Amino acid sequence: MSNTIVPFGPQHPVLPEPIHLDLELDDERVVQALPSIGYVHRGLELLAERHDFTEMAQVAERICGICSFIHSQGYCQGIEQLLGIEAPPRAAYLRTVWAELSRIQSHLLWLGLAADAFGFESLFMQSWRIREAIVDIIEETTGGRVIFGTCKVGGIRKDLDADTVQRVRQRLRDIETGYDELATIFRRDPTVKQRTVGVGLLSGEDAYALGAVGPVIRASGIVRDTRKLGYAAYGELDWEPIVEQAGDCYARCEVRLREISQSFDLIAQCLDRLPSGEIEVSAKGKRPKGEAMFRLEQPRGEVCYYMQANGQKNLERFRVRTPTFANIAPLVHMLKGSELADVPVIVLTIDPCVSCNER
Amino acid sequence: MSFITKSPWILHYAATSCNGCDIELLACLTPHYDVERFGIVNTGNPKHADIFLVTGSVNEESRKVVENLYAQMPDPKAVVAIGACALSGGIFRDAYNVYGGIDKVIPVDVYVPGCAARPEAIIDGVVQALAILDERAKERKRQRKMVAA
Repeated sequence: MSNTIVPFGPQHPVLPEPIHLDLELDDERVVQALPSIGYVHRGLELLAERHDFTEMAQVAERICGICSFIHSQGYCQGIEQLLGIEAPPRAAYLRTVWAELSRIQSHLLWLGLAADAFGFESLFMQSWRIREAIVDIIEETTGGRVIFGTCKVGGIRKDLDADTVQRVRQRLRDIETGYDELATIFRRDPTVKQRTVGVGLLSGEDAYALGAVGPVIRASGIVRDTRKLGYAAYGELDWEPIVEQAGDCYARCEVRLREISQSFDLIAQCLDRLPSGEIEVSAKGKRPKGEAMFRLEQPRGEVCYYMQANGQKNLERFRVRTPTFANIAPLVHMLKGSELADVPVIVLTIDPCVSCNER
Repeated sequence: MSFITKSPWILHYAATSCNGCDIELLACLTPHYDVERFGIVNTGNPKHADIFLVTGSVNEESRKVVENLYAQMPDPKAVVAIGACALSGGIFRDAYNVYGGIDKVIPVDVYVPGCAARPEAIIDGVVQALAILDERAKERKRQRKMVAA
């Protein structure tokens, strides 16, 4: 009997975003998966040639609504490299705080979606309940819930007073207690384990050869975390990248669970050591010239920004290589030989962010 | 509208959205906002849906999907466009692969502004769509009666 082809997506109950996979099945087993993309492509990179380089930070923030702040941070730090300016230490620390807050909310969002994918709906609700408390803090400190709008070329737009810092610290401690309970369910619940342990295996060699990034490669036992480059305040904080060895869906879940705890810790360290002083340096009258490449760690993995300018007010070329793009090749590899019923879980464990991917 | 006469099921599709409005839409379903207490359920199947929520503007690829999903939904139905991109293309209106608002492709009943649209605004939009849906259901009943007579 010939193989069956089952279309998966672009509109699918487990996918909040459109991506399409043609699954070639032999009985219930996936023989091959062919991804096709383009449902979210907008042509955002070309906008860099039309907008002023300072305005472009707002467009860069809207590459993706989940890692919004980290995109604007990457863009701004890249431009700062081009201009030869450096954001003041207070700005660097607050950028780190917001970046980690968005990492927590992104991972909680993912945990919820993953729970939903294997049919554990109350866990989905619980994850999002905790996420909402983080979003409240984000709203209080930046003014936005998903699009922060606080990062700009040369620094940040909003400062935190001592009162807010205290309050945020206290609230984060409370949220962390609630989160620990949630993490226990993920770690101990037999249904979660049944759906994830041994599913979607990716060995360390394969992960390396296929160029996986972020939690996907770290769950396969390879230490690779771009934050170790020490951009923003990461060079001055005490932390170690989180690595798991198993390389299955459960390990990828575990990496993200532990990263949330780590992010709570990083935020606490930042708020404790928050330097005083200015929050921005002026970029007035400066024009970017030359080439710059900037890498940083998103919740989903490493993202690279390339920019090229020739002294005009807009960039000549802006290019983003996003983590989901790097993780699609490992995903296709993981899907080979898996059961059809496991496909949604495997697709979700790379945390696909299609709007980042296609821009 | 004083009370909800039926439990409307919603269908969500991200046309070319940046995710911002999508996660706000999902946030509506979760404990903090919890629209499920009104019987509003997010369904993956267009044939079960009453209200079509679209985020993001349309491009060539997603145009076909949006049209297809709209055609699959049974009457009466209502369409809610969520976020600045779904209204006009928003910040991406100049991008080469963006056609503009959702209304270029399918008829839109309610427009929810915001970048990203807040959950409160989305819920308000859905409530307005419910009134429209109610009106359409009544209209259909009248037409059926006329045909029967």
